[in-house]
Amino acid sequence: MKSTELIARKMRQNIVRMIHSANSGHPGGSLSCADIVAALYFNVMHISKENINDVSRDKFILSKGHASETVYAALIEMGVLEESEVYTFRKMGSRLQGHPNMQHCPGIDMSTGSLGQGLSVGIGMSLANKLDGNDFRTYVLAGDGECQEGMIWEAAMAAAYYKLDNLLLIIDNNGLQSDGFNEDVMNIQPLGKKFDSFGWNVFGVDGHDIDVITQACKMAETVKGKPTVIIAQTVKGKGVDFMENQPGWHGRGMNDEEFASAMKQLGGDTDD
Amino acid sequence: MTKRATRESFGQALTELALENRNIVALNADVSKSTKTAELQKVAPERHFNMGIAEADMMGVAAGLALNGKIPFASCFAMFATGRAFDQIRNSIAYPHLNVKICASHAGLSVGPDGATHQCNEDIALMRVLPGMTVIQPCDDVETLQAVKAAAEMRGPVYIRLGRSAVDDVNDESYVFTPGKGVVLHQGKDDVTIFATGLMVQESLMALSILNEKGIDPTVINIHTIKPLDKDLVLEYACRSRFIVTREEHSVIGGLGSAVSELLASEHPVRQIFIGVNDCFGESGTPAELFRKYGLSAKKIAEKIENELNR
Repeated sequence: MKSTELIARKMRQNIVRMIHSANSGHPGGSLSCADIVAALYFNVMHISKENINDVSRDKFILSKGHASETVYAALIEMGVLEESEVYTFRKMGSRLQGHPNMQHCPGIDMSTGSLGQGLSVGIGMSLANKLDGNDFRTYVLAGDGECQEGMIWEAAMAAAYYKLDNLLLIIDNNGLQSDGFNEDVMNIQPLGKKFDSFGWNVFGVDGHDIDVITQACKMAETVKGKPTVIIAQTVKGKGVDFMENQPGWHGRGMNDEEFASAMKQLGGDTDD
Repeated sequence: MTKRATRESFGQALTELALENRNIVALNADVSKSTKTAELQKVAPERHFNMGIAEADMMGVAAGLALNGKIPFASCFAMFATGRAFDQIRNSIAYPHLNVKICASHAGLSVGPDGATHQCNEDIALMRVLPGMTVIQPCDDVETLQAVKAAAEMRGPVYIRLGRSAVDDVNDESYVFTPGKGVVLHQGKDDVTIFATGLMVQESLMALSILNEKGIDPTVINIHTIKPLDKDLVLEYACRSRFIVTREEHSVIGGLGSAVSELLASEHPVRQIFIGVNDCFGESGTPAELFRKYGLSAKKIAEKIENELNR
């Protein structure tokens, strides 16, 4: 297994540890975007423990803030957060709030949680980078269900209008949302055609193939004059068979038996 | 005496700021000529972002600009800035305590003929409830010019409430605006104090001349910063007043009157007359007609104070 894939596997183990310890959280959507976040943090973005506090650098906005576990897990792998903090997740006084809080958690580039807002914030960062004439890039990860928010489409218009080729949106296209399958709750497809008609460059990738995600992100850097969206096909709950593609695993904790089974499947140990 | 709308003064101050500091940027939502960010556009077009009729997006973009070191001034009508985009202001600006200045115009009944959909009488309440948000309502040209520049110097989110209609000068060139410090405009001989904000400062001074003719002499204080409230000044004058009057072009629920009563109820209970919009919507009309009908005119205020003294 390649190194970033190993990192993604360790991230999944910590995601499950966090949710088991807190007995709540968002397992489905956190596991679905783990490979995307691993690719961004460890293959694509120019970000490290050393530049983590810089005002301007490559930045990441988790617009689907309920998948906070995934970013905390990446920041643990980067050495910005301590691994022991997984047991504080969602608990009083923790830096690992239920939804990311940039005020108290290092490495979090924007507080998120209210869906639909991250893309607009990414536009602001990208406009600032253009004004300053630097090459930093802004990465936004949104959910497919999140695209039901009208604000996403306000932002989609604006990013194309301002020709933000330094902005990359990735959609975690796992097909599910809190109440069930997207197509049953409120159909949002075809997402690619929608973004294309808004003036975006559109790529589609397997959201669990880290090499492909990485290549697509690098290719996006060569597209000039328009923003790029990568629609990443994913499986909600990826890596844990009883969670995969199951609407019930959007937001809930897990019991000891489920935890043991999940960790076994992810190659982790439960001794801690 | 000149008459100038505070939105005009905002446009001037913003432009002057932009010429001094290249990190000043402006955003608007298709009302840049009305709320005057278009003035900045004339001198620094690359730093003016018209986001179209999309207030929610505008607030999010402002947050992103602030995160990368800019000082964004986001402007549109008060109703849509604070109403349409409340969640964005709450979660993407106030919660991360970002350095965004929201300068909203066309607040209150004095919007006039556009009617109730555009007369925002709720924005002070909506902004005041947000942790870490500074809320300022300047009353005239001189105060607005200084308040906008002071906001640029502060770290963190600021809401500045501006008006559509031209207003008389209250302050002269020697005036110095200090955020969070109320201004005693007239020290009265009687034990009555009027706390007013925005356009109601002018109306209070007019009420003062009506009352003076009848031998009544209240104190008039301009509360330009509603949050953080000048607690020391409010308490000092509440302690020496038989009753106090709060005046605002805003709902009596949640605005200046509420801020003052929240303080006094625990520190020094005193009888308070709330003058504002009484839990109702406005309608089309001239500002003067609307102030008369909704009980905000100088004459009405003078009557209320006289009646209270004769109780």
